[in-house]
Amino acid sequence: MGNLFKIAVRNLRRYKRRTILTSSLITIGVIFVLVFVGVSGSFKNMMIGQMTDSMLGHIQVHRKGYMASIDNLPLTMNMKPLAVKKLESIFKDIQDIESYSPRIKFGGMFSSFTETTNIRLNGVYPEMEMKTLPLLASRISNGGKEIKKGEIIIPELLARGMRINVGDNIVVIATNKDGSVNGKQLRVSGIIESVTGPGGRDGYVHIEDAMEILRMEEMEISEIAIRIKNFDKLHDVYNHLSSILSNEKNKQGKPTFEVHTWEGLSPFYNIARMIDLMSIFIKIMLIAIVLISVMNVMIMAVYERIREIGTIAAIGTMPGKILNMFVAEGFLLGIIGAIAGNILGAAIVYILKLLKITFDFGRQTGLVLSPSVGLFDILMISLIVIVVAVLGSLQPAFKASRMEPIKALRHV
Amino acid sequence: MSLIKAEDLIKDYKVGEVQIRALDGLNFEIEEASFVSFVGPSGSGKTTLLNLIGCLDRPTEGKLIVAEKDITTFERRESAAFRGEHIGFIFQDFNLMSVLTVYENIEYPLLMVQNVPEKERKERVTKLLAAVGMVDQKNKYPDQISGGQKQRVAVARALVTNPELVLADEPTANLDHKTAYMVIELMKKMQDEFKTTFIFSTHDQKIVGEAEVIYTLEDGQIVDVRKRGGSENGKSL
Repeated sequence: MGNLFKIAVRNLRRYKRRTILTSSLITIGVIFVLVFVGVSGSFKNMMIGQMTDSMLGHIQVHRKGYMASIDNLPLTMNMKPLAVKKLESIFKDIQDIESYSPRIKFGGMFSSFTETTNIRLNGVYPEMEMKTLPLLASRISNGGKEIKKGEIIIPELLARGMRINVGDNIVVIATNKDGSVNGKQLRVSGIIESVTGPGGRDGYVHIEDAMEILRMEEMEISEIAIRIKNFDKLHDVYNHLSSILSNEKNKQGKPTFEVHTWEGLSPFYNIARMIDLMSIFIKIMLIAIVLISVMNVMIMAVYERIREIGTIAAIGTMPGKILNMFVAEGFLLGIIGAIAGNILGAAIVYILKLLKITFDFGRQTGLVLSPSVGLFDILMISLIVIVVAVLGSLQPAFKASRMEPIKALRHV
Repeated sequence: MSLIKAEDLIKDYKVGEVQIRALDGLNFEIEEASFVSFVGPSGSGKTTLLNLIGCLDRPTEGKLIVAEKDITTFERRESAAFRGEHIGFIFQDFNLMSVLTVYENIEYPLLMVQNVPEKERKERVTKLLAAVGMVDQKNKYPDQISGGQKQRVAVARALVTNPELVLADEPTANLDHKTAYMVIELMKKMQDEFKTTFIFSTHDQKIVGEAEVIYTLEDGQIVDVRKRGGSENGKSL
């Protein structure tokens, strides 16, 4: 085997310029893929992180049917204390769940005494919410990072539009479950930036203030956001939780709860899928580049060495060995391209990281791009390149191995 | 004892719609360890015959026994294995691998065809290098040596596997007369030393005389056989 590679190396060196051009083409392809995967992956992960760690959580549990009318924030679809207790005991038994945060979500009127608008509010336990959404505090641009009783954190859009500052008093008025209306005066303790863009009108209050505004006698929870320990296990945890909760039935024998990952809760999931799709297309382009360039160079190599093939066949070299000789050349072209591409690609990704390029996403500005490529990506891209290079050399190699020595020797 | 026996050997080619008979019912026997030449004008069938003997082509009709094997029945892989085991080739254009050194070119059949262990390979290649007088040039590449030297390397490569038969198709055609004569002398020396049967084809009447048996071909038929010290058709050298 070593001799096959020795001959292959010598043959590649024989046509130096062609070898350099072909491996350069593969190298450029690998660099392109690696940088794209690194940058887009970084962008995607950052955005998913922003979504999950500052707003949604990784998984959410609602009462069955809540999601269908989530835009109305229906109080009639909240979960009763017994159901919440049941859920909490289930969460505690699942090792992969790091934390969870019950929320009362409701819509209401928001008045600065001179102006009034509508607002969506999340009544939360501050500690549980901050633990479940570790980036939430970073979104609070003005004021304190805590959510205390009697205080409200309002979205930046409302604060700016209504010229409300931290420390101002406002009134929140909401319709209760029984149809009556109640209001409460709260002090603005912070202003929160939106993740989702101009439409973000979500504010935060303490869960006990939410109960008071909604005149709840017992705590009825709209949703529970869950944070898991390892994001890579998202679907495992989701499946596990879903299977447990599917056993929880109401009196009509229908499921009591519904479970969703962040993917089903945020439109950004479609953008993330587009990024994944683009990565696949870029990889397909790499495959095409490697396949065409290796095939082309190997077809030429076979054509130029017909007499040589005839000679080695005449002196008794078995067809399989002739095939292996040419496949070894394709393999080496793939190896050279993969190694050079991965080294240069990783270097470019590292330089991009050092440059700390910033970008805006929705209302989030100045997000620092932090591209990185994992070992898995490098191995996967290398594997693709090498396998495709071998495949690209197979047809010319097969042709060489099937050549009749007498015809090959006559070739001029 | 005969190494090669041909019975009613016929080879037809089809060129377009025209059928051409390259060999027309040849019958001959070639003894072991002999030095045989096939001569004749272009198109007389010399190369075709060598290709048949060398398992590179198959006859249209007839029987051809080489080293006690009926090679006309061989499949592709059997032919390759037989060539690797029993036959060495010397080509008109030397056909050395340009990416391999002189040493590696000679070593190639042992390495890639016969899988001979390294120690034995080294012994055999070194012996052949010395025999053909190329020890000093062993690390040079084919484009760094002369035509005569290339053919000497080709002779060594043909002999390194200890074949019973070496076929040389116009081995001196691309060499000047002096070098051609030296190559033929080398082949004779190798025949003496290794007891290998050499069969070569040539146009060159001056080197033909070096052969022990000379078959003259015309239009695919043997028209004359001359032996050194005797004759089959009443002629002798």
